[in-house]
Amino acid sequence: MVETVTSVGLPIDEMLEIRKNRIMPENPSGSLKRISIVTGIHGDELEGQYVCFELQRRIMQEKENLTGIVDIYPAMNPLGIDSITRGIPAFDLDMNRLFPGNIDGNMTEYLAAGIIEDVSGSDCVLDIHASNIYLTEIPQIRINELYEEQLVPLAMETNIDFIWVHGTSTVLESTFAYSLNSTGTPVLVVEMGVGMRITKDYGEQLVDGIFNLMGKMGIWKGSTKEVKKPVISRNPDDVIYLNAGTGGLFIPAVKHGGKLRKGGLIGWITDPLRGEVLDEVKAPADGMLFTIREYPVVDEGSLMGRLLRKEACGYE
Amino acid sequence: MNKRIIYELKGMYRDSFRVTGYEYGTGEETVCIAGSSRGNEVQQVYCCSLLIKKFKQLENEGRIKEGHKILVIPSINPYSMNIQKRFWPTDNTDINRMFPGYGLGETTQRIADGVFKEISGYKYGIQFTSFYMPGDFMPHIRIMDEGFSKTSTAEQFGLPYVVIRKVRPYDTATLNYNWQVWDTQAFSLYTTTTSKIDQNGAGQAVLSVMNFLAAQGIIKYSVPQLIKTKVVNDTDMVSVRTSEAGVFEPLIKAGGKAITGQPLANILNPYEAEIIETLYSPVDANVFFIHNEPLTYANTAVIKLVQ
Repeated sequence: MVETVTSVGLPIDEMLEIRKNRIMPENPSGSLKRISIVTGIHGDELEGQYVCFELQRRIMQEKENLTGIVDIYPAMNPLGIDSITRGIPAFDLDMNRLFPGNIDGNMTEYLAAGIIEDVSGSDCVLDIHASNIYLTEIPQIRINELYEEQLVPLAMETNIDFIWVHGTSTVLESTFAYSLNSTGTPVLVVEMGVGMRITKDYGEQLVDGIFNLMGKMGIWKGSTKEVKKPVISRNPDDVIYLNAGTGGLFIPAVKHGGKLRKGGLIGWITDPLRGEVLDEVKAPADGMLFTIREYPVVDEGSLMGRLLRKEACGYE
Repeated sequence: MNKRIIYELKGMYRDSFRVTGYEYGTGEETVCIAGSSRGNEVQQVYCCSLLIKKFKQLENEGRIKEGHKILVIPSINPYSMNIQKRFWPTDNTDINRMFPGYGLGETTQRIADGVFKEISGYKYGIQFTSFYMPGDFMPHIRIMDEGFSKTSTAEQFGLPYVVIRKVRPYDTATLNYNWQVWDTQAFSLYTTTTSKIDQNGAGQAVLSVMNFLAAQGIIKYSVPQLIKTKVVNDTDMVSVRTSEAGVFEPLIKAGGKAITGQPLANILNPYEAEIIETLYSPVDANVFFIHNEPLTYANTAVIKLVQ
């Protein structure tokens, strides 16, 4: 059943509504577990849209196997999605820096507070992101080290390739995930694919994982697929950030997910005006390139990729 | 005066990105004044330009006291100003959420790092900055409640208000916050406007900086009789919120005095011009902030009052 989670009037003949679809078992009884699929906090990240669609499509094919509650929140930032805008249009605010919000606050804080109130109490939440328009990522879950013990076991069930346990940061305390994790609702932050596009294979992979997780949680009694065993990184030194040494046009030589040798070529930064190669981006160590630059125009310092050291990947 | 490039980044098709600084005096790094860090902070650049002109005059007249160096950086973000975009042109990041920066990091982290290395040793830091909501302010100095910037020092600007801001998590990456981490007493100076030049407001801001520098013994300047500054906590301000969205019709200006029950603004139906909501003052107070765009959203604090 589609419900309005929170809403606010816009100036000219329009209501801004944040909606969810609640899917209940056919014959609910007793205390039901609840999983929430949340996406669209950043309006230019669409990978989660396909997950919302495909998850529901598959549930409806075997609805008799649903034994818990599935809440789908496909558009936390509807104005952003509609206008291809990462933040909240008109305010130019990153919605993922507004949580937990304030029910007595301004419009954006009010919406954030309404969302938190509605999602709170879920037994597990997946907050699906798509990196951004500049980078492509392999399917991964990022976990604040403060909540590692609780979240890693859940993340292991989701069929992703990589779990990145990262350090805490004060700035991140205003994210959706932190706000809920700090109040006892477990949230897994999924990053996969690229902004403004849908990577169908990744969506299918994650949906397989969500069914597996639902099975483990007692929300799904139908068959599930065997899930991947993800690489887990807990050491900050496992991840190497690759930043552009100069501005220019980036031409990639490899794909993300590729296993590279130290010195292996990742791509070229070029000058189209003069037809020159300005710099070669190379792997600084053996490892797996789990992020790569997608948007070709780069400034000095632009993130070109992230490499997970071979020792952390565990491959030969 | 010494004009020099503080930080430079090569562009692919654009001229180099340059952060330019103006230095006056020699000796201890006493005061750094930073202007716009966002592309729409036109008033903030304008205020700095007036200060640059004023300091040039003071220097020529020998009125900058021995042993003090003053640095003015009118804009940390000319690239965004030139395309009229608030944040960084390519990735929309906010330089004022990147401090203290990281020299090996992403572009705006590098800019923050490059600038911060030049300005982190100063005794006092003054940043002309802006609020994310469109509106007119009473000019004021803002300091963080967790820092060591003193309200008594902030009062030396002689502006009507000093606001003590409760630190939020996202404040920890601002210039003001990080200045204080590195032992600079930091003051954010909010003038009356952001994207439009208000000459009177700019003049008041320039005089307030002169008041401060004179009180600190950095320049020779005869400070006039100052008004009594009121110190308020941002959490003590009374917000007047809309419950309806529509056309915003203000009935009072920033700085105006309101009495309990006085109508402060109307919200009009945008199609039928009927008043759908009137906002009344809940207390006797001064108007500290008022929304200045023609439309407003619902659930929005369009007016802030100080009792």
